[in-house]
Amino acid sequence: MSTTEPVTFEHGEFVPSRRVTTPMWLRAALYWGYQYKRTWRSSVVTSFLIPVLYLTSMGVALGSLIDKHSHGVAGVSYVSYLAPGLLAATCMQIGANDTMWPVMGAIKWMRTYLAMLAAPLDVYDVLLGHLAWVAARLGIVVTIYLSVMAAFGTVHSAWGIAALPAGVLTGMAFGVPMAAFSATQDKDVAFITLYRFVVIPLFLFSGTFFPISQLPRVLQYLAYVTPLFHGVALCRDLTLGQVHLWVDLGHAAYLGLWLAAGYLIARRTFAKRLVV
Amino acid sequence: MVEAHKLEKRFGDFVAVDGVDFTIAKGESFGFLGPNGAGKTSTMRMISCISPVSGGTLRVLGMDPATEGAQIRARMGLVPQEDSLDLDLTVLDNLMIYGRYFDMPKKVIRQRADQLLEFAQLTERANDRVDPLSGGMKRRLTIARALISDPDLLILDEPTTGLDPQARHLLWDRLYRLKQQGVTLVITTHYMDEAEQLCDRLVVMDKGRFAAEGSPRQLIEQHATKEVVELRFEPGRHEEIAPQVAGLAQRHEVLPDRILLYTDDGDAALAEVAAMELAPRSTLVRRSTLEDVFLRLTGRTLVD
Repeated sequence: MSTTEPVTFEHGEFVPSRRVTTPMWLRAALYWGYQYKRTWRSSVVTSFLIPVLYLTSMGVALGSLIDKHSHGVAGVSYVSYLAPGLLAATCMQIGANDTMWPVMGAIKWMRTYLAMLAAPLDVYDVLLGHLAWVAARLGIVVTIYLSVMAAFGTVHSAWGIAALPAGVLTGMAFGVPMAAFSATQDKDVAFITLYRFVVIPLFLFSGTFFPISQLPRVLQYLAYVTPLFHGVALCRDLTLGQVHLWVDLGHAAYLGLWLAAGYLIARRTFAKRLVV
Repeated sequence: MVEAHKLEKRFGDFVAVDGVDFTIAKGESFGFLGPNGAGKTSTMRMISCISPVSGGTLRVLGMDPATEGAQIRARMGLVPQEDSLDLDLTVLDNLMIYGRYFDMPKKVIRQRADQLLEFAQLTERANDRVDPLSGGMKRRLTIARALISDPDLLILDEPTTGLDPQARHLLWDRLYRLKQQGVTLVITTHYMDEAEQLCDRLVVMDKGRFAAEGSPRQLIEQHATKEVVELRFEPGRHEEIAPQVAGLAQRHEVLPDRILLYTDDGDAALAEVAAMELAPRSTLVRRSTLEDVFLRLTGRTLVD
């Protein structure tokens, strides 16, 4: 290795400037965008294939049996009933997934957050930037999902467009509290447990596949408490065009409550973990 | 550039930095020397405004880290002890995204990145992923990344720990050039040769306090004799022989593998040892180094 070639820049000659200042949190979100550049193709293909496969097998194939024997569910064809439920459940999975390993990895493995904190960003910028990115990614996934749903003829009203923010909100109602939790973890054991005993049961029993009136009374009450039930109900009302304004605002408000509480806790757990 | 008064860092009951005072001037290269756990990194993290001050006052670039951390960090480059590079991204993308944190325009980052890759001798690896790079390359990339915003103050926490000698010399050369351009360097290290090479002024830290302060030359003059005689005997005999040779020097030190005699005339002392017919297995007369200063001040070798 030679060490004799001249230095190619001078200290102080260089003045970085930008006409409009980018908000700090957006700079953090840009990082995740860079990461996404690597994997966006496979991610988009997956986001497209999952609804196609689910709606074909369960919605159309299984659905035709259900429709024949019981004339649809809640007055609509099974595929129309199922699709918004799956949309909300997918948002839950993505919201939770993207704030489990990625958050812990950014603290422990890749130390991405620490790199950001050495730059002008502070811990709240780091948190908000990451959450903003998760919301953006949910937005992409929901857009694709809704397009597929429309192709299957399961979007019955212009209200269906509002399922985009509703889906993102559902995902974030899980993602934000999960980010708060992930920032306290040193190992990923708890994530696997949470996935098995929280995410998957919710997926199965929150009114995604069948009305919760089919469940024993106790489980029905339990379903009311979990955010996924409200996400499913909200998305379903919107895509079926059966909007009950106050009820649906109530669903949205309940999801918002999880998001807001999660955010307040996440501010604390992030600061506790990263500012020492 | 940096002014600290009675600076403290506590973690619960544990006092990591115990009320230290120091001033670092513009263009200076300032070193924190000490064994692991001496409080070097805690001090550095407070200067970098990523760790809150527990007591005392600290001003960096004329500002208060507690309230103006972002403005300070905007003019500072940090090379942390453990690399925080994104291993999945390319070398160039690591620089690009870091420049975005400082809100630099893309075009400017790109231009600057090309220069820095040249400086860090990584131009050929620009489009490779970071993961398979060698330790020395990753370290150089971390330094290049810290320089993306052309900082006035560069903070390096153990910049060459774990690198091979060739990689270390290359890094030293790069840091020396930065210093010549007027960048203020703050360095922690537990390598004596690194401190002697790079630092105009340094402090020896031990148990959260400063044991000594000065230029490498001053420290050696104040805390060590001109020369040192090293005597090696069969393992286990050092404790037993030490009292016999102690009188030959101003001071002596028994290490597990050798006895050190501190004297201004090494050859004379060695001649006397030879006359005693103790038959050491090997002997060495050398000039005192910072290592000796450290041993004197803290009672132990640096890397323990």
